[in-house]
Amino acid sequence: MSEPVIVVENLSKQYLIGENIHGRGARTFRDIFDYKMRRIFSRKERQRKKEETTIWALKDVSFEVGEGEAVGIIGRNGAGKSTLLKILSRITEPMMGRAILRGRVASLLEVGTGFNLELTGRENIYLNGSILGMRKKEIDKRFDEIVQFAGIEKFLDTPAKRYSSGMYVRLAFAVAAHLEAEILMVDEVLAVGDIQFQRKCMGKMKEVGRSGRTILFVSHNMEAISQLCRKSMLLQSGELLEFSDTQSVTSRYLSSNIVSGLTFVNSDPIDERKIVYIKSAQIVHNGNDSDQTDLGISVNIKYDFLRDADSVRIGIIVKNSFGIILWRNGDADSERRFFGKRTKGSYDAFVEIPTHLLKNGIYYVTIFSDIPMKEWLFYREDVLCFEHHDNATEKVAFVDNPTGILRMDLHWRVNKVE
Amino acid sequence: MQRELVIQPSKTFSALHLKDLWEYRELFYFLIWRDVKVRYKQTVLGAGWAIVRPVVSMVVFTFIFNKLAGFSSEGIPYQLFTLSGIMAWNFFSEGITASSQSLIANTNLITKVYFPRLIIPSAAVLRGLVDFGIGFLIFIGFLAYYSYNPGWQIVLFPLAVLWGIAASLGVGLWFAAIGVKYRDIAQALPFVVQLLFWVTPVGYSSAKIPAKWEMLYWLNPMTGVVESFRYTLLGKAYLPTNLLIFSIVVCLIVFVSGIFNFRRMEKEFADVI
Repeated sequence: MSEPVIVVENLSKQYLIGENIHGRGARTFRDIFDYKMRRIFSRKERQRKKEETTIWALKDVSFEVGEGEAVGIIGRNGAGKSTLLKILSRITEPMMGRAILRGRVASLLEVGTGFNLELTGRENIYLNGSILGMRKKEIDKRFDEIVQFAGIEKFLDTPAKRYSSGMYVRLAFAVAAHLEAEILMVDEVLAVGDIQFQRKCMGKMKEVGRSGRTILFVSHNMEAISQLCRKSMLLQSGELLEFSDTQSVTSRYLSSNIVSGLTFVNSDPIDERKIVYIKSAQIVHNGNDSDQTDLGISVNIKYDFLRDADSVRIGIIVKNSFGIILWRNGDADSERRFFGKRTKGSYDAFVEIPTHLLKNGIYYVTIFSDIPMKEWLFYREDVLCFEHHDNATEKVAFVDNPTGILRMDLHWRVNKVE
Repeated sequence: MQRELVIQPSKTFSALHLKDLWEYRELFYFLIWRDVKVRYKQTVLGAGWAIVRPVVSMVVFTFIFNKLAGFSSEGIPYQLFTLSGIMAWNFFSEGITASSQSLIANTNLITKVYFPRLIIPSAAVLRGLVDFGIGFLIFIGFLAYYSYNPGWQIVLFPLAVLWGIAASLGVGLWFAAIGVKYRDIAQALPFVVQLLFWVTPVGYSSAKIPAKWEMLYWLNPMTGVVESFRYTLLGKAYLPTNLLIFSIVVCLIVFVSGIFNFRRMEKEFADVI
């Protein structure tokens, strides 16, 4: 057994969050002045120092990956997946612990980083390639391959701003996919492009895996992880919960998700300037039957109107496990009357998810509220999640086939004409 | 042989990792190339702007400083006198402005890809060499027009340019690093650049500065650069040895401290930006 290619020992990173002077984000000298003054003159502020919320984006994570292994990294949003990849690709520093990487590293945290819309496809291949760490010679050598993979031969000398979004993504992935590196780290980049292209990308990734390179692969898409990685790790709140074969990790993740993703309670203080305060949201299985088949799923949102207001919309966005938005729908989209005035007070809303359209899988729900075209009042991404599993579909062959993102039960009228 | 990379929390004063910088030299070149290429897209004059700016400045300065205020230029045609200063000044002011904005403009790169961060602000300063080169050709044209014969000192001109690059990089790196954390820099910079202009001998000679203010005046890293431009290009300038050395030392301090400060702050960039 040769030396492991990736060794991670007690890797930790802490972030300070909240309204905090040492926290993240840009600030000005004035903020710091303000803060210091408050600290001097108010005892309460000084005590608050102790309560300042810190979160461990990554806490004591240790693991080893051998040569040629493909490892999936699974976890909910904020579990530390991206932080782990960012540390391993040297974008940000760990606070404690260390990692050893043996071999050239290529990391792909985003598709098309550094693309410039004014430049042509050809120019962008060189620019993007060099940003990702390729030598000009390497790019020259693989140029034709890249162009062919992206399928943009005719548009090589067109500025990227004239590209369709599909072409853009294809080109960007093509460049990244042709990186020559012993270790490849990929963060959720396959969730772009059409299904056909996603398959092509998966194919490329598998090919990379077969060629003996080591892969770390972050995704919300359990199917992709299962196809690509024999082993996986599950992160939760910065800690490594499990590192074993993919099957067991994914099933643990899915079951944990369904429990924790069912309710969301807003812990933010009420902001009087906003018209609406979303108190909570939860997934409700219609009926109390423990066998949930075909009973349907609803989202229940409880909110307060802080004052009388009109043209306010409250709604949900539903994504599949690829991260593709299936729909966005607000109460006012469906019924005009919600666009009118709503008086101050508490409301309790239910909206039914059309599960008959959903293929089996995990779905994420975003809760939002806005004044359409004017102002966002509330936006919380992927706060709820549910698994839809419809036994009935299994009775019909081909219904859940991988093409398309929705399951359709269309009504066919067929007449024999001859 | 495979190389081994160890990732761990760095010490306060980290090494410069010049080797790393060398490995990424092609990216350096591509970033400059990108900026030069994109800069004049969708403009009518295109690179003509690199000609218009110094020439119009020269005309205006000649009118105001020379004709109205009556500043002399010690026997040199005033146009040449001020144009030599304008070349150095434009390179500097555009360089520090571009580099202080460069990190924020490239946020997506910083949060998604690793490479030595020094490349970004340095490329922003060095891309100014293209405009500078065009400006230099124009200067040569004006030398010919006034049939002015520069002395042997012109062989030292590359050194003066190096000095100008070091000064621009030094100041630019300071502003770039601090500007990531404190967006005040973006507000303050145009103002600072404007103030610096008045205390830089572009339209007048630094010989005019009273002796008791001289040290203070020469703290401005650009004073020495502009005077040395003048000395090497036109053969005449106010450049006493003691002030020359003082100015070079100031520039070196700003340059070296700028690099080290940048290295110290860069590890936070991806978290703070």
